[in-house]
Amino acid sequence: MMEKMIFGRFIPGDSLVHRLDPRAKLLFVFLFIAIVFVANNALTYLLLLVFTLLVVFLSKIRLYFLINGLKPVFILLIFTFLLHIFFTKEGDVLFQFGFIEVYEEGLRQGIFISIRFLVLVFITSILTLTTSPISITDGIEVLLGPFKRVKLPVHELALMMSISLRFIPTLMDETGKILKAQMARGSDIGSGPIKERIKAVVPLLIPLFVSAFKRAEDLATAMEVRGYRGGEGRTRYRQLDWRLIDSLSLLLLAGFTAALWYFRT
Amino acid sequence: MDLNIMSFENVTFTYMPEDETVRPAVEGLSFSIKQGEWIALVGHNGSGKSTIAKLMNGLLFPQSGTVTAMDQKMSEESLWKIRSQMGMVFQNPDNQFVGATVQDDVAFALENNGVPHAEMVQRVHESLRQVKMEEYLNHEPHHLSGGQKQRVAIAGALALRPRLLILDEATSMLDPQGRMEVIETIRELREATGLTVISITHDLEEAALADRILVMNAGHKQVEGTPEDVFFAGNKLTELGLDLPFAMRISKLLTEAGVQLSGEHMSEDRLVEDLWTFYSKK
Ligand SMILES: Nc1ncnc2c1ncn2[C@@H]1O[C@H](COP(=O)(O)OP(=O)(O)OP(=O)(O)O)[C@@H](O)[C@H]1O
Ligand SMILES: [Mg+2]
Repeated sequence: MMEKMIFGRFIPGDSLVHRLDPRAKLLFVFLFIAIVFVANNALTYLLLLVFTLLVVFLSKIRLYFLINGLKPVFILLIFTFLLHIFFTKEGDVLFQFGFIEVYEEGLRQGIFISIRFLVLVFITSILTLTTSPISITDGIEVLLGPFKRVKLPVHELALMMSISLRFIPTLMDETGKILKAQMARGSDIGSGPIKERIKAVVPLLIPLFVSAFKRAEDLATAMEVRGYRGGEGRTRYRQLDWRLIDSLSLLLLAGFTAALWYFRT
Repeated sequence: MDLNIMSFENVTFTYMPEDETVRPAVEGLSFSIKQGEWIALVGHNGSGKSTIAKLMNGLLFPQSGTVTAMDQKMSEESLWKIRSQMGMVFQNPDNQFVGATVQDDVAFALENNGVPHAEMVQRVHESLRQVKMEEYLNHEPHHLSGGQKQRVAIAGALALRPRLLILDEATSMLDPQGRMEVIETIRELREATGLTVISITHDLEEAALADRILVMNAGHKQVEGTPEDVFFAGNKLTELGLDLPFAMRISKLLTEAGVQLSGEHMSEDRLVEDLWTFYSKK
């Protein structure tokens, strides 16, 4: 289950979308989220869907893989769809089973909202699937750069994010080890009533916290020894490289927005 | 070159100055280290070795006495300048890996010191080449072995082209192979660049490779001298609870058992050599 889940995962690749600058991709996604709300009729929603599929195609991520990985999201999607069908009571009655009546407007709204939801999930997934977490961090750091003026600790936030990302696998390994160690002492997390299971998690969390604090202390020392003094006067090793293709991708989005605007009612 | 790169003069440090009953972690310590030397710092747990390392690069300041590094007295002002000229590698390979990938980690100290980008790239490659990790440029830390992570940590320290490298039990969490890789790396580096190395270790075979050994006991300097002097200074080490290297222990036991071997045996090779000459002469 967890292995198939692709939300927030990164799949390395060499597609056009993979090679875009993370700043371009972040801007693209933020703008896209706003643009989705421009659509208000069948044609514009169809355009949204086609545009999204085009982006998926360009990213060379298989559609089947994407749909399969987002299964839990589809349950939510179907749920919202049904809600709209049953509770919107406008327009003509399309058909009726017993006490359930499906109205034309309900079906329309249900389909529109589902498309909106779908394209948002697809586009954001494409962002995380094609951009390594560290590039996303770099992109956010640069994009938020102007907010340094208003004393937003942009550099520190980005560093925190990248260190957290770096330590996730380490702490996962550690959790595995502690779990085995506690199992060897007779603790049982996998079975029993829920209350007992929650209790059994405590001896897992405490050693994990203790070691995380120890790691944090060691890491802070190691950083200080290597001359870390905050963001001031620092240079960057990872350079972002804005190319023509990045501008073009945003231009494409602008063109698409214009089309949506033209066809909306 | 007869330059002192690091010297302690009558240094005393206590973690809890307000508590009189706690003995200082380091007391009245004096020594000096010359440029290009390889020093091994040994002693049992809690004898003050890590504290010395922290005093050396200004993570701690002594209550009395002076620490002088690279011809400058350690102080709040000189601190960062001194730090930029020394590298330090710690025990736990995981807890000192800051970057997301090998190259980011090596670049970390360079970024902190504001080195321009073009030079950074060149130095990252250079340092990784020195520790033979160049092909791992884009690897993430959890895909590396402990020995490889420690070599990356050494590269990270070398990137600033330091004059002094301090290793605080840098090999103690590694398996024998990882340990050999790291020691070999240090040895080659010293030959190539004349780097000064201070290595804190529990492994006396590693210490035997050094030019000079400092033995610490309960915050005091107990013995100081060349490996030969220290290992054969009677039973001092064994009294301190430190084990002699394997070859030396065998050699000592053989001598005690009445086997006439020709000399002192710092390494297994030498011992084997002597043993077969002894055997063929018999
Ligand atoms: N942060 C601290 N706070 C209080 N006391 C400390 C602290 N760190 C070390 N000590 C004490 O200082 C003394 C020297 O410790 P230090 O870590 O220098 O020993 P060490 O020789 O490095 O030992 P090891 O071989 O275990 O690494 C010990 O008695 C220890 O308990
Ligand atoms: Mg120590």
